[in-house]
Amino acid sequence: MEKPLTQHIVPGRAPLSLKEYEQVGGYQSVRKILKEMAPAEVQTLVKDSNLRGRGGAGFNTGLKWSFVPMGPEAAKPKYLVANADEMEPGTFKDRVLLEGNPHQLIEGMIVAAYAIDASISYIFMRWAYKVAAKEIIKALAEAYEAGYLGENILGSGFSLDMHLHTGVGRYMCGEETALLNALEGKRANPRAKPPFPQVSGLFGKPTIVNNVETLCCLPHIINNGAEWFKGLSKTQDAGTKLYGISGRVKTPGCWELPMGTTIRELIEEHGGGMQDGYLFKGLLPGGASTDFLVDEHLDLPMDYTAIQVAGSRMGTGTMIILDDQTCPVGFVQNLQHFFAQESCGFCTPCREGLPWVEKILLAIDKGEGKPEHLLTLDFHTKYLGPGNTFCALAPGAMEPLQSALKYFREDFERHIHEHHCPWSKAKVWQPSI
Amino acid sequence: MLTTEEKHKIDHEISLVPSPKNACIEALKIVQQSHGWVSDESLKDVADYVGMSPAELDSVATFYNLIFRRPVGRHVILVCDSISCWVMGYEGIRDRLFDKLSIKYGQTTEDGRFTILPNCCLGTCDRAPALMIDNDLYRDLTVEQLDEILEKYT
Repeated sequence: MEKPLTQHIVPGRAPLSLKEYEQVGGYQSVRKILKEMAPAEVQTLVKDSNLRGRGGAGFNTGLKWSFVPMGPEAAKPKYLVANADEMEPGTFKDRVLLEGNPHQLIEGMIVAAYAIDASISYIFMRWAYKVAAKEIIKALAEAYEAGYLGENILGSGFSLDMHLHTGVGRYMCGEETALLNALEGKRANPRAKPPFPQVSGLFGKPTIVNNVETLCCLPHIINNGAEWFKGLSKTQDAGTKLYGISGRVKTPGCWELPMGTTIRELIEEHGGGMQDGYLFKGLLPGGASTDFLVDEHLDLPMDYTAIQVAGSRMGTGTMIILDDQTCPVGFVQNLQHFFAQESCGFCTPCREGLPWVEKILLAIDKGEGKPEHLLTLDFHTKYLGPGNTFCALAPGAMEPLQSALKYFREDFERHIHEHHCPWSKAKVWQPSI
Repeated sequence: MLTTEEKHKIDHEISLVPSPKNACIEALKIVQQSHGWVSDESLKDVADYVGMSPAELDSVATFYNLIFRRPVGRHVILVCDSISCWVMGYEGIRDRLFDKLSIKYGQTTEDGRFTILPNCCLGTCDRAPALMIDNDLYRDLTVEQLDEILEKYT
């Protein structure tokens, strides 16, 4: 089984130096595009490979690039940003790539920057990734030294600067327009679209923001072609995918596997099955802002298409398991506390609605719930849903809530009727103030 | 007053962006690095330096979780309180820390050694529960390990 993105990552071992990386074929894709391919050809190849954005939205990467104005008339400078903010709770896949093979990311970013004719690039990385920051700083210096970055790369006439920017903590920074505001030294509020960042992004210039895993796929697509990339997958969504599992399985972790690997295989074979004494109750397939899936979904392939048909989203592909001994109301309460706290407060439904939801869930979990509370929660899942808020934060927050109310409604009702949390451990979430 | 060294570092950040105010978050980070937090006085100094009003800069400073607008201890403990750590029982870790240090979230020990704060998902969910102290990440945590970990920080 091919694992292009993680083949050179060995847990516990330092990432490849530039020299070692070159010895295993590193930076070949940069040499190839600079010598043989026009930016438009790179865009077409990536579009044909059906690479879809690994940050969670799943938009075709080549298509996203194609909205950037090209040619001598286009506004300059253009920017490329690697979104390495990874703050979606339950998600830890980009950390693996950032710590394990920073040169692969840099190489992918050079490919992406060349495709859109960007001359300045940033890696926007969350504060907490200290090891990754150290490795990236080292790798950037090596890449500059070797002439893969800077002026006139390998004598091609193409120039690219790359900087590491570490954030100061806020979930909103993962939203691409909010990220751009953060990079500009502003509050990370989302921006109105249109104009889209491809046309007017960082400092008002054309900008592409791509996820780390997406960028790391690029060198391999350039080297091996679109058909090869599609062939890595078990389904119509191309490539491999970094899947992860956290929660009460025997061997939680992160693995690169063919796109479309089934949920059951992920949990049973890679996660080692549930821990002794714990039964599977449900899961969030790709981070805190995705809808629950349950038993009936276990044989679904984990890809964008199948998970969407099932009423959820693959999101980041790193799943969080809900076991039978964990209270689903407490679980959702923890998620809503996070979203309420991380709301930027810019638009009213999100700022006011999420704390309301959190309060109700806390009351239910403490045994102070009333039957009408469930209707108020139902109401919120609609009025904080898509189309009613400025960005996707609140609609994302409603995904686990609406699906919990669907699949675990009896558990909510038991809390209300029995006036206490039926989970004897009484794992009542306490807001952390 | 900003020190010469701080000004030098801020100047470098300003040189990388179109307008000085675009470097304001970096400037806050620089000040926080030398003082541990951003006082009202520091905030005003930075605002003057990058050409913003103090109110505008404070709206940025208070937006971000890791810009501290109140004094913190010599070491900051960030306890992950997000979903995977919750499922794996992080509250035991949190409560033990509260007991041992006799402080709660947002407070600093009397000797100024530790401040403890809740933090969103640290991105190491397969090895929950997790926390960070300053720049160090601890994961697969058990309550029993805490004493030994805390001893490393004086």
